[in-house]
Amino acid sequence: MSEGGARGIPSMGRLLRDAWSVLALPLISIVLALVVGAAIIYGSQLITGQPFTIGLPLEAYAALTQGAFGSFNAVVNTAAVTAPLILGGLSVALAFKAGLFNIGGQGQFLLGALGAVAVGVSFKSAPPFVAIPLALGAGMLAGAAWGFIPGALKAMSGAHEVVTTIMLNYIAIGLVAAMVSGPLDLGTSPNPITDDVGNAALPVLLGRNGHLGIVLALAAVTAVWWLLSRTTRGFEIRIVGANPDAARYAGMRPRFVLILTMSLAGLLAGLAGATVVLGVTRNMTASFNTSVGFDSIAVALLARSNPVGVVFAALLFGAMRGGAPLMQIKAGIPVELVDVLQATILLLLAADRIIRHALRLRGVRGGMASTETITRTYGGDVTAN
Amino acid sequence: MDPLIQALYSIPVAGLVFQLGGYLIAVVPGISPIILQAATPIALAALCGVVCERSGVVNIGIEGTMIGAAFVGWYVGVLLAPSLGGSPSALFGVTPALLIAFGVAVLTGVLIATLHAWLSISVRADQIIAGTIINIAAFGVTGYLDNLVARGSPVGAGAFTQFNPPRELAGIPVFGWILNMFLNQGPIVMSLIVIVVVLQVMLFRSRWGLRTRAVGEHPKAADTVGIDVIRVRYRNVMLGGVFAGLAGAYLSMEATNSFQQGMTAGRGFIGLAAMIVGRWSPVGALGAALLFSSTTAIGQSISIFPPSGQLGEILGSLPGQFYDALPYIVTIIVLAGVVGRSTPPAADGLPYEREATT
Repeated sequence: MSEGGARGIPSMGRLLRDAWSVLALPLISIVLALVVGAAIIYGSQLITGQPFTIGLPLEAYAALTQGAFGSFNAVVNTAAVTAPLILGGLSVALAFKAGLFNIGGQGQFLLGALGAVAVGVSFKSAPPFVAIPLALGAGMLAGAAWGFIPGALKAMSGAHEVVTTIMLNYIAIGLVAAMVSGPLDLGTSPNPITDDVGNAALPVLLGRNGHLGIVLALAAVTAVWWLLSRTTRGFEIRIVGANPDAARYAGMRPRFVLILTMSLAGLLAGLAGATVVLGVTRNMTASFNTSVGFDSIAVALLARSNPVGVVFAALLFGAMRGGAPLMQIKAGIPVELVDVLQATILLLLAADRIIRHALRLRGVRGGMASTETITRTYGGDVTAN
Repeated sequence: MDPLIQALYSIPVAGLVFQLGGYLIAVVPGISPIILQAATPIALAALCGVVCERSGVVNIGIEGTMIGAAFVGWYVGVLLAPSLGGSPSALFGVTPALLIAFGVAVLTGVLIATLHAWLSISVRADQIIAGTIINIAAFGVTGYLDNLVARGSPVGAGAFTQFNPPRELAGIPVFGWILNMFLNQGPIVMSLIVIVVVLQVMLFRSRWGLRTRAVGEHPKAADTVGIDVIRVRYRNVMLGGVFAGLAGAYLSMEATNSFQQGMTAGRGFIGLAAMIVGRWSPVGALGAALLFSSTTAIGQSISIFPPSGQLGEILGSLPGQFYDALPYIVTIIVLAGVVGRSTPPAADGLPYEREATT
């Protein structure tokens, strides 16, 4: 604190140093992942037996960028793909703050989508200002319920959320299929599909699919930031995550906080699902599924669980998802390359100590700083708390 | 029908329980080989968890290790089958290509496990995060490669076939179906039983087992008496990779003869639940895996041979997806009921760092 700039306006050099210490590792990981991706593209030419093209990785990345930002519609589309990732990333990040690992984003997203469609279809003829809040609210509630279950199981019995949320993901897939091919089926086609959500559809504000969900996602960022840094409840969440014993001695209730946080995380992921069905697909098929749940883990890890960082991390992966179809068309590289890039970034972040050592980085913060407490509660010792 | 049974079946609610009991007694001998088959990947995943966690390393990446092994094994079969041809042998339908593919699958399991060991033990990353990243990476890479490979719709090296026990054995009254359950199986399912027994004895009766448990319970004490904690942990996680590799090989080379994206379907995680329910012991893990897999098998059986009467009407009115989701539902319920009374190794999930000598 005695360094220059601690009082008054910090110096420019200090600001740059701070920014570097936070951003260095994510940026280096992204660049290295692109290099690894290039190697994989070369390797995949061996499998497909294409003639070897030295420029193919650059061609692929150029097409990826063009697909993500190449036109006004591409930019709007990228924003639309990014919005659920922001909400999902917030969901995982919020859980991380309380020392919880929410791998159940997929199930919570699906339940949110299911709740939103069910209510949206029933209120399809109601005025939009009634139908939209009801459908969104139903989605958030359904997602929160799907987050409440693992939270309550952990608080009551100590069953670790890593196993229970994965089970709930598979149950959610079955529940969506059962509901869409059962009570929600329109019955007009051999492939079960729900009715259109009608007036409950989110208004398109920009371009072809720049729907209200983008605004909602940014509002959620503010809300989560506010909750964590400006409220007593948020303080409790962070203390429970950092040290449950200290939290209990200070008179907080770790079990209650744990259930609340997991429900809120489910609510955010459920909202993501609701915005996708109300803003993009407007109906649901029996095979409706999502990659948002696992992408969100990548978003939260890359953002170090910082709500503002989540926006940028989500934009990175959103741009990749949004641009990948054009990459497949122009360069013939399967869209799943995005999964490989994403996984490589995460592996490099996890191996942060090695990277910092290899590149002689000093004063750079670790990649996984926000997650050091996750494994601690494994095996049910939370019940002792 | 027996008048007594008829009377029992007509009691409300309790009658349904009797009907279910009667149905289970009728179908279980028939579906018992299927129960053991469905339990195999779950039990192998659980064994992977047991050897890792007994030494103090949490391995959430079992699912990813399985899918990686399943894909690589299948793809090696695709590459080798045309050149190594040869007709399958009578026993288990073994061909040279299939054997090599099987070996490579197990090796892949070990390699992926080594990556997890490195991240958890040497890099000292959070072990659950490291395992999750391995899952994401394995699903991403196999999905990507499968899309490239599947363009040529290739044919793999086939699958191991089941051993046909002599009919007289299966015909033995009362015990026949139990013998049939263990003998009418492919090589990986059969070896599961052997592995479980050997591991149970080794873990609690051998020097390796004692060292493993010491390192998992109190690494500092183990270190003090001269056990190399890091080496024991690496070795155990790699051994776990063998089991996860076997589980992957089972999925793409014994249960089916091809690879599908996401074909592990959460079995690695159900295996973790089986490990917890089985209290970190190999035999317990197998028992829990059998419990979970019997729900799958009975669910299938209900949709194929629906029970008669009132019970059949109730079960028939449930949507088919309910039976698909049944193993996951049962896993959650059993886990929530058991986990509080099941204690993990004391140093589970904690990285070990030798204190600097002062």
